[in-house]
Amino acid sequence: MRLDLTQIKQWIPQEAKVLDLGCGDGEFLANLRDTHKVQGLGLEIDPDNITQALAKGIDVVEQNMDKGLDNFPDQSFDVVVMAHALQVLHYPDKVLDEMLRIGREGIVTFPNFAHWRCRVHLSTRGRMPVSKFMPHSWYDTPNIHFCTVKDFEALCRQKGFKIKRREMVGETSWLARTWPNLFATTAIFKITR
Amino acid sequence: MSEHNSVGIVSPQTAHFDAPLALACGKTLNEFDLVYETYGELNAQRTNAILICHALSGHHHAAGYHSESETKPGWWDTCIGPGKPIDTNVYFVVSLNNLGGCHGSTGPTSINSETGKLWGPDFPQVRVSDWVNSQAALADHLGIDIWAAVIGGSLGGMQAMQWSVQYPERLRYCLIIASAMDLSAQNIAFNEIARQAIQSDPNFCAGHYRERETNPSQGLALARMVGHVTYLSDDAMANKFGRDIRSGSIEHNIDQEVEFQVESYLRYQGSQFSTAFDANTYILMTRALDYFDIAADFNGDPVKAFATTKAQFLVVSFSTDWRFSPRRSREITNALIAANRPVSYAEIEAAEGHDAFLMPIPRYLDVLRAYLGRIAEDLL
Repeated sequence: MRLDLTQIKQWIPQEAKVLDLGCGDGEFLANLRDTHKVQGLGLEIDPDNITQALAKGIDVVEQNMDKGLDNFPDQSFDVVVMAHALQVLHYPDKVLDEMLRIGREGIVTFPNFAHWRCRVHLSTRGRMPVSKFMPHSWYDTPNIHFCTVKDFEALCRQKGFKIKRREMVGETSWLARTWPNLFATTAIFKITR
Repeated sequence: MSEHNSVGIVSPQTAHFDAPLALACGKTLNEFDLVYETYGELNAQRTNAILICHALSGHHHAAGYHSESETKPGWWDTCIGPGKPIDTNVYFVVSLNNLGGCHGSTGPTSINSETGKLWGPDFPQVRVSDWVNSQAALADHLGIDIWAAVIGGSLGGMQAMQWSVQYPERLRYCLIIASAMDLSAQNIAFNEIARQAIQSDPNFCAGHYRERETNPSQGLALARMVGHVTYLSDDAMANKFGRDIRSGSIEHNIDQEVEFQVESYLRYQGSQFSTAFDANTYILMTRALDYFDIAADFNGDPVKAFATTKAQFLVVSFSTDWRFSPRRSREITNALIAANRPVSYAEIEAAEGHDAFLMPIPRYLDVLRAYLGRIAEDLL
């Protein structure tokens, strides 16, 4: 399982009701079901992922979260998870609002665009960073809204979201924790209203 | 007969029921027959039974062949069979002809035992809830306490949905395909056009055409033609027929009547249907569609209706289906989400319109296969 998901798992209570926005092939929810007995529901738009999630026994609804989530009642989930999807959304700010309307807590993970490798790439080569984590060229990338750890925290302040927990994943853990905006490859936030 | 993964030769059976069936319209059927087929084997624990509910013009013959010489298999043979999504190596599949039908179950073409005459137009108007009650009687007859799943498309999906509300303890999974919680005004309008076509045929004789040894073939064919157009998408018709001409010409200086391929096709479909289907049954089935409303007993609130259910749900729609559009399926899904019921939803990209639910569309079959595999893992 991806490192950010291993971390998120520890923040999810047993038997919680979990909505996973962009659930992929359902691996994470299947894992949570087996270890945490969660009642999970995934949202996904990729047909192959949907079939694979169904085969794992995961409930998945084909829905594009960029087109709204108003079919989910207020506070109807304990936790709403969105792992590595923020940067592909057209309206990431609106989806964050919706996450905290639907769930009591939101857990968000995203790649940190201010990671030193990105900075070096951009400043020395003058080209948009392409790496193992961001393998796409600028013109065909699904990642249309990259942000940094600082950007995300600023948005939370602006919206009045409380940051309950924060964990940074990087090549060197202590560096990522000490200077996240420089050394974290992936940021993980637990937020509430 | 062909295909290596077919259920092969099947024979319909008839179950007779003596216990009176109280109908939603207030009348009672004192006795009735249901014709059904089964595929696969019921396991010792009786946990692997699946009920297939048919759509408007469907019947019990869902898979396999009635004889070696039959060229076309049952109506859902793409999905039901050994190794197919509804795998008869795993499941015991039951498919029946609904009450009011014209393929052997008691309906307008049957004799009313009280009068000794044909039921004809006097056969009571059965509703989806009555069908579900009669199907529950069939389940009792077969010794099935709980269905592993109830599955249906279109009007069949309405029956599956109704099962989940009416007998929440008697099904584990509910698969609702290309369906809706009630018909839209547009849908009712199309059904009324179909009924008017039949009823305005001079041979309809107020529904007593059989006693007069005639048949409202023209009206029934016309009804089918209207229906057929609404089951296809614009693109599907363009792909299948385009503006191809079967006979005649529209060139300059030629005065010939033209028959487009699409006209010829519709006429053929209409005339085939008019010899195979009963007009009173068609009227009855379309009315059952019109009257269906999953929320009728719940102050019009489908969330309240679904809150009483215990099944897990799969809802499927098709992108170009405009008779039962994806929006209608999303309404079902959203009501289930609001009712906090387990639900999955897939919107299949397909060019075939409403008819897609009967077609071997790879992603559709993959979704069904994955979901039925999960049911087997859960229950068997």
